[in-house]
Amino acid sequence: MGDLATLSRQALDEVAASSTLAALEEVRVRWLGKKGPLTEQLKALGTLPAAERPGAGALINEVKQRVQQALELRRELLSQAAVEAELAAGRIDVSLPGRGESRGGLHPVTRARLRIESIFRESGFTVATGPEIEDDFHNFEALNIPSNHPARAMHDTFYFPDGKLLRTHTSPVQIRELLKGEPPLALIAPGRVYRCDYDITHSPMFHQVEGLVVDRNVSFANLKAALSGFLQAFFEQDLRMRLRPSYFPFTEPSAEVDMSCVFCGGAGCRVCKHTGWLEIAGCGMVHPNVFRAAGVDPERWTGYAFGMGIERLAMLRYGVNDLRLFFESDLRFLRQFGAL
Amino acid sequence: MKISLEWLREFVDPGLAPRELGDRLTMAGFELESITAAAPDFSGVQVVEILEAAPHPQADRLRVCRVSTGQGEPLQIVCGAPNARAGLRTALATVGAQLPGGLAIKAAKLRGVDSAGMLCSARELGLAEGQDGIVELAADAPVGQSLRDYLRLDDTILELAVTPNRGDAMSLLGIAREVAALSGVPLRLPSTAPVSPESSACFPVRLDAATACPRFFGRVIEGVDNSRKTPAWMQERLRRGGVRSISPVVDVTNYVLLELGQPMHAYDLDRLVDGIHVRHAQGGEHCELLDGRSVELQSDVLVIADAQGPVALAGVMGGARTAVSDPTSRLFLEVAWFQPDAIAGRARRYGLTTDASQRFERGVDSEGGARAMERATALLLQVAGGVAGPVTEVAQPSQFPQLRTVQLRRGEVGRLLGLELGDETIETSLQSLGMQVTRTDEGFTVTPPSCRFDIAIERDLIEEIARRVGYEAIPAIHARAAQAIARVPTSQVDETRFLDLMAARGYHEAVHFSFVDPVLQERLFPANAARVLANPISSDLAAMRVSLWPGLLRALGENQRRQQDRVRLVEHGVVFLPDGSEVDRVAALCAGRRWPEQWSGGAEPSDFHDLRGDIEALLATTGDLDAFSFEPASLHCLHPGRSARILRSGQPIGWIGELHPEQTRALDLNHAPVLAELDVQAALEVRYLPFSEVSRFPQVRRDLALVVDEQVPFSVIRERVTFASSGLLRGLRLFDVYRGTGVEPGRKSVALALIFQEKDRTLVDEETDKVVAAIRAELSASLNARFRE
Repeated sequence: MGDLATLSRQALDEVAASSTLAALEEVRVRWLGKKGPLTEQLKALGTLPAAERPGAGALINEVKQRVQQALELRRELLSQAAVEAELAAGRIDVSLPGRGESRGGLHPVTRARLRIESIFRESGFTVATGPEIEDDFHNFEALNIPSNHPARAMHDTFYFPDGKLLRTHTSPVQIRELLKGEPPLALIAPGRVYRCDYDITHSPMFHQVEGLVVDRNVSFANLKAALSGFLQAFFEQDLRMRLRPSYFPFTEPSAEVDMSCVFCGGAGCRVCKHTGWLEIAGCGMVHPNVFRAAGVDPERWTGYAFGMGIERLAMLRYGVNDLRLFFESDLRFLRQFGAL
Repeated sequence: MKISLEWLREFVDPGLAPRELGDRLTMAGFELESITAAAPDFSGVQVVEILEAAPHPQADRLRVCRVSTGQGEPLQIVCGAPNARAGLRTALATVGAQLPGGLAIKAAKLRGVDSAGMLCSARELGLAEGQDGIVELAADAPVGQSLRDYLRLDDTILELAVTPNRGDAMSLLGIAREVAALSGVPLRLPSTAPVSPESSACFPVRLDAATACPRFFGRVIEGVDNSRKTPAWMQERLRRGGVRSISPVVDVTNYVLLELGQPMHAYDLDRLVDGIHVRHAQGGEHCELLDGRSVELQSDVLVIADAQGPVALAGVMGGARTAVSDPTSRLFLEVAWFQPDAIAGRARRYGLTTDASQRFERGVDSEGGARAMERATALLLQVAGGVAGPVTEVAQPSQFPQLRTVQLRRGEVGRLLGLELGDETIETSLQSLGMQVTRTDEGFTVTPPSCRFDIAIERDLIEEIARRVGYEAIPAIHARAAQAIARVPTSQVDETRFLDLMAARGYHEAVHFSFVDPVLQERLFPANAARVLANPISSDLAAMRVSLWPGLLRALGENQRRQQDRVRLVEHGVVFLPDGSEVDRVAALCAGRRWPEQWSGGAEPSDFHDLRGDIEALLATTGDLDAFSFEPASLHCLHPGRSARILRSGQPIGWIGELHPEQTRALDLNHAPVLAELDVQAALEVRYLPFSEVSRFPQVRRDLALVVDEQVPFSVIRERVTFASSGLLRGLRLFDVYRGTGVEPGRKSVALALIFQEKDRTLVDEETDKVVAAIRAELSASLNARFRE
């Protein structure tokens, strides 16, 4: 069977020489197919004497199996190589930036406002709004600021020819909400306000948030707890807070609210003008005249109110150092506020 | 309010360092705004007397002075001041002296003459600005004494903010009362013993407006010398109080104002005609003021007048006609009490703020007039000489402010402050502020002193008690809120959601002023009247916006100038309609490349359809997108062929469109932006549609390419297809619009994917064929459509 040994060697050589899966398949068909030399050999067994047949058959089958095994091995090798080639060809630069639109963002004042709203909402406050063009009654009279009151000089007011005005604070919303119905109530009123004043630290339009809580025995101590709780929640810091006696016509007692500087922790720095304190809000107990103007009995109810500038809160939280940036819509500024 | 500590210590000396005192006052409601030294650092300057002042042999403008320092030989000093004269006591910086700004004085030779120091002006010592000539000290100034000691320059000035309700604290006396209360150190008052009249000269006063002015003290002083120099000590105190020295008479009135808080006025008696009338102005009257301005008076302005007309705006400013001047020798002094209401706002009306008006507006002690008159008389005789007549008081006591008693209920302090205080504490707190307190069954009856006219109701007393015990003593106690589960409405798309949706699609939220340039707005919306401010901050911020577009367009232009060419902005806020209503709007602007510049695609300019896609995404948040339609319509500022009104169930809720090319050019924009604006309320109302079952049976897709006239809008094609599809159509997608080869000019090829499906069974081909045939027939008939296979 020298012939068989030659065939076997030839077949194995061809298997080894196939470099593609297609060539390998050709080799398989050629050697193991119906007309292949090994099949021919098997067919030719019949010509041998019966006694030699089993031995010869076994030899042929052995060769066939060897060829088959070689084919399998080669196929595995080649298909692995093919996958590798496919992968190699399909390699991309994953460091390229993603395709399509890039994210915009919310305005920092809006972000601060939404944060304020969510903090108070979670504490049971509702969010109220009111018109921006107001009348003298809601903006001044009802808030215990009669005409000629010296406090009016603190509010440089924009007027319309018909005597209406752009609200100078969000406090008119207090009056509107109190007029709507009986206390108790706990609300905040964020919104735009206007003062006729324009320089580095004053914008003719800015945002305030007003707070009002009215109940049977609401006290100054409750006001203190609410404000200090809010400031700690907003800035996520253990801030110290102090209330200084002050004067607003619509509250009594009144106070200015200082918090320890968020930048230096109270040690003194440029931002807090080396005092360690930042003025952040005005507040007080609702003046009985305000209750009366809004039809609420000051003997039955007490309440506290506070007001804060949202730009100021946003500046401190985001480290913005110039108020005017908020209203210039400079994309290079706005792009810095993509986070939610 | 500037407080000299050296002056304050005459009234009360709490023994506190300036910072500590300032902090205590801050926590008592008088915010410390600044602490400054009364004079800059300098040394080696002493009081000297010029013995002789001879002309300089080499220089016309210089003088060679012999100066006594009180010991040793007189010094020779060369000086250029015109007022360097023999007999003058002045300030000498001797050799070795250090002046403000680091100037060191050395022995020098000036034009050949030796000079052993420098005679100083107030400016050189940092005590005044722009004053010529060397310092003129009193004739009895102790020669040889250090100038710092003589003028008590080692002093500190506290600048305090006084709130408008505390008119009583706008003086040394007022702050001293507070300091006495907070430190427990007793108050010492300056002598205000009556000056006994040495003449009988009087001047008649009539009160014609007794409600506005119920009390008027007058006094004639004759033989004053107003040409004298105000003594340095008084000038210094005025300076530290922020007041400029003018003449002895004026300086004395200002001194009393700073010290006691009582504004007063001195008239040149020789220029007053007949008598004083305190009355309201007659409409159209004029008054020429001290500052040289002439103002027209309204009938609600209180004036001091004589027979010839107004001589002062009461409580605000004196008039020029009767003003004192150097030669004035006969004076009429006025100390009046005006109702705050009669003065408030008047100064502001004339663009004035004076020390007097600030005090009268806030209120002056109605019982302080006589004291101030005596104090002023004594000082005047001291600094300007003269003979005083008797004080004449004209009064209408029925119009005096009433000293009221206020009831304080025991429980109210604790109820309002959340801090329980004992009777003792309440009593001593109020007494420390000069109030009389008597206990009653319910609490306390309190009588405030006349200077505390601001105390009118119980609440005022509680505030004073809180101030005295200190706000820091009040605990922080969380209120126990009743639990009430509130409804969370879902009727509107939440602001956070819609803004964030736009942010996710590349838009930056902008916030613009509600007032815009009327010229720009008029050009964009000539048909919309806007509300205009009576007192805008500038003419380009005068009109209330009727749309958010003026703000967005201005921002686009500014960003282009900053080389930011791709701009996507969204804004949410109210616009102001002429009928007085305020409408909540959301608007967007998109300009520049479709995508930000990148390595793969999106370079084409964004257009109407890009913004429409974003707006549709926004509208889809209502859950009701199918109710919205975009209807071709024209608006002045938009490209007429590229603009649409947005409707919801047939009701207009907004606009979208490309800016009109003329507007784009007028605004100098690089390319036309696309704009949209929606009424938030109507556009973003949420509508929950009932759930509809999802079919489990296969869907069939058939594509249809039809050629129609260019003018046929897609909305009509969709409408006709839907109409003809017997309810089997589940989806219609437009996947191509083609013009060019194979399509006649003026026509377009539109490729549709039609999706058919039944809910309860599999569609058979024949059914689908039938529906498609029906659709084709409908499109041919109604739109003259031809089909491409």
